[in-house]
Amino acid sequence: MKYLLLKHYRGAPAPVNDVPMDQWSPQEVDDHIRFMNDFAARLEGTGEFVDGQALSPEGTFVRYDGEGRPPVTDGPFAETKDLIAGWMIIDVESYDRALELAGELSAAPGAGGKPIHEWLEVRPFLTAPPTVAE
Amino acid sequence: MLDELLLRELTPAVIGVLVRRGADFATAEDAVQEALVQASLSWPDGQPDDPKGWLVTVAWRKFLDARRSEAARRDREERVEVEPAPGPAESADDTLALFFLCAHPSLTPASAVALTLRAVGGLSTRQIAAAYLVPEATMAQRISRAKRTVSDVRFTEAGDPATVRRVLYLVFNEGYTGDVDLASEAIRLTRQLAAVDDGEETAGLLALMLLHHARRPARTRPDGSPVLLNEQDRSLWDTALIAEGVEVLQAALARDRLGEFQAQAAVAALHADAPRAEETDWTQIVGWYDELLRLTGSPVVALNRAVAVGEADGAAAGLAALATVDPGLPRHTAASAHLHEKAGDLTAAARLYAEAARTAPTLAERHHLTREAARIGQALG
Repeated sequence: MKYLLLKHYRGAPAPVNDVPMDQWSPQEVDDHIRFMNDFAARLEGTGEFVDGQALSPEGTFVRYDGEGRPPVTDGPFAETKDLIAGWMIIDVESYDRALELAGELSAAPGAGGKPIHEWLEVRPFLTAPPTVAE
Repeated sequence: MLDELLLRELTPAVIGVLVRRGADFATAEDAVQEALVQASLSWPDGQPDDPKGWLVTVAWRKFLDARRSEAARRDREERVEVEPAPGPAESADDTLALFFLCAHPSLTPASAVALTLRAVGGLSTRQIAAAYLVPEATMAQRISRAKRTVSDVRFTEAGDPATVRRVLYLVFNEGYTGDVDLASEAIRLTRQLAAVDDGEETAGLLALMLLHHARRPARTRPDGSPVLLNEQDRSLWDTALIAEGVEVLQAALARDRLGEFQAQAAVAALHADAPRAEETDWTQIVGWYDELLRLTGSPVVALNRAVAVGEADGAAAGLAALATVDPGLPRHTAASAHLHEKAGDLTAAARLYAEAARTAPTLAERHHLTREAARIGQALG
């Protein structure tokens, strides 16, 4: 089963250890990045990693506005928007395993070397049920 | 043992022979790709004495097969019985023509790059797709479209070397992603171009690539994060490549027709020439940036120049130069942060580094700038 783990720039509840990253020490920044890299590497090892990318903080909502008209964009309302900072796709045996891994990822270290307790969104992919072969 | 590099080197010459015998470019290119696949299957058992002749013969058969099956589909019989003997052929002009065709102005840069890597570089669609991190089917479509776009271009039409150089520079900047090292591949192709095109800017491009490539072993840490120029372990730089780059550049500069690649290579040579970061000749570098700015008028050059001025004449002069550069440019904020730190304004520097991190164009830069912000934040207490 595939799941999408989403990190948010905005829109998610604030993490427990909510100190902006540029106010961490360089060592804390390094530790955080290493944690993320190690996490991905470990899931590659277990065969549970599918893909992961970081996204830029800008985003635009776009909507079709009828024949011959330019598409509607969402205008300068960025402050209220929910924006995705990055994502990781995992392929795991069960929903419980997906939650377990998301929980681990949420414990990435931040300021003071303490877990940031970041909220991650876990979204299952819609896929065909596994074929029953009997 | 399969000599994959030899196969790739022979590719443009073989396509050239087929086209000169009357094959259209798109079908010839397909036929040569099929011949390369066949070579990869047969050659491990024993490489032929005349690899090029072998490839020409097989590719020509593939081309005839393709033409026959197409003819059959249209319900027209066409029999081609005569098999021309593969002969030695002067291939320099063909290679240059192929370079021009693959960089044709009617192609988008992405398509020109893909077509160049396949037709001139001899890479397979799978390898190119892997290098650009797209599915093979996507790359196959892109290459097919590119070939259709240039199908009406006559092979003899004179092309523009500047376009070819731009395409090769794009390839070089992709660096290393798939199982093919695109930077090395770009250097190999630029050497081929330099062998058939005598222009000083082609030499300038080759020198620029060699000088950048020479520093590559020092540019990343084992975990993949980038190391800044002034922090690099210079003993890791490839001195042979640097020497070659400088030699190629000096020969080009001696012809006194300066172009942008030569000027960029001159900057790279001055960096490569410094045994320690503190010994970098920033005054000369500013001089070359002045030349580059005159040649290109590029705001990115103006931004780099401001950073160099900051090193040559002090932070205040650097900030004054930066003030004349469009603040909307990528990396403007990062440059400003650096110069403010140099000027001793740590509060502004911390704020600017944090802002630059938020808008960084790559993840590696975002990490680096976040670390810089954290470093200054710590110094401020």
